[in-house]
Amino acid sequence: MNALLHYEDFSEGQVFELGPYAVKREEVFSFAREFDPQAFHLDEEFANTSVLKGLSASGWHTCAMLMRMMCDAYLCRSAGMGSKGVDEVNWIKPVYVGETLSGRTTVISKRVSAKRPEMGILICRWELFNQRGEKKIEQTGVNFIRVRKP
Amino acid sequence: MIGLYFDEIEPGMRMEFGSYHFTRESMMHYARQFDPQPFHVDDAAAAKGPFGKLAASGWHTAAGWMKCYVATHQVEEAKRRAEGKSVAHAGPSPGFTNLKWLKPVFAGDTIGYGCTITGKRELASRPEWGLVFSLNESFNQNGEMVFSFEGKVLVARR
Repeated sequence: MNALLHYEDFSEGQVFELGPYAVKREEVFSFAREFDPQAFHLDEEFANTSVLKGLSASGWHTCAMLMRMMCDAYLCRSAGMGSKGVDEVNWIKPVYVGETLSGRTTVISKRVSAKRPEMGILICRWELFNQRGEKKIEQTGVNFIRVRKP
Repeated sequence: MIGLYFDEIEPGMRMEFGSYHFTRESMMHYARQFDPQPFHVDDAAAAKGPFGKLAASGWHTAAGWMKCYVATHQVEEAKRRAEGKSVAHAGPSPGFTNLKWLKPVFAGDTIGYGCTITGKRELASRPEWGLVFSLNESFNQNGEMVFSFEGKVLVARR
């Protein structure tokens, strides 16, 4: 267990690099067919003439991509305890098929839960950019991480 | 929003989006692709984990909301067309706030989704669209609130 990152291993200001994550057409279609079957995400001709100006991933799919990047960067080698939520998600620009996303997690602050001394609370900011450095999505929220020595 | 124009939506309106059933297979499928933390993909690890058994990824719970929202929109749109009414285009969303995973969602749970309109605002920069605000609260089959968020979406004006 101790090989895993625990609350004590995280510090304020710490940064984890996220990605890269290639946004593939088949994955965009497959997510959209399952969870968000709007023409923005399934019909290229419609999407090109729509307010989003191109075939884009569902916003909920971009949240899922970010989650996967977080898992790969640090959560799957951490003593994670889930999350109570996300304070804010900004879908700044559409994420288009063919783009490659990368970004970072920044630990904004940390504290131990007053009610549950075994549980640490990290407040994090997550940002994703495309290959040209344009910011696409920004989130602020919480990761719960187990305290090694409560 | 469910085929309604900005002008037809008023604060206090309640909308029901139906429900989504979480199976072990769908939970594992989602989590393996997007959220492979042990308590979402491995029974033994989940038994010792924060939820005591395998729980759905919180983003899967959110995706279930979207699925139900879009399905409701499409049904209501078709109804309006059948009645000879015009249909408002659904616009994109700039994001949301205060998303809360209040309780874990487990295999076999059925989550009912819906929202209450909390406000609306015209957009000076985009006169063809308005921004609608909603409080989305989601409940399991035992009536426990498991998931909520405050949404924003662009809705076409007449």
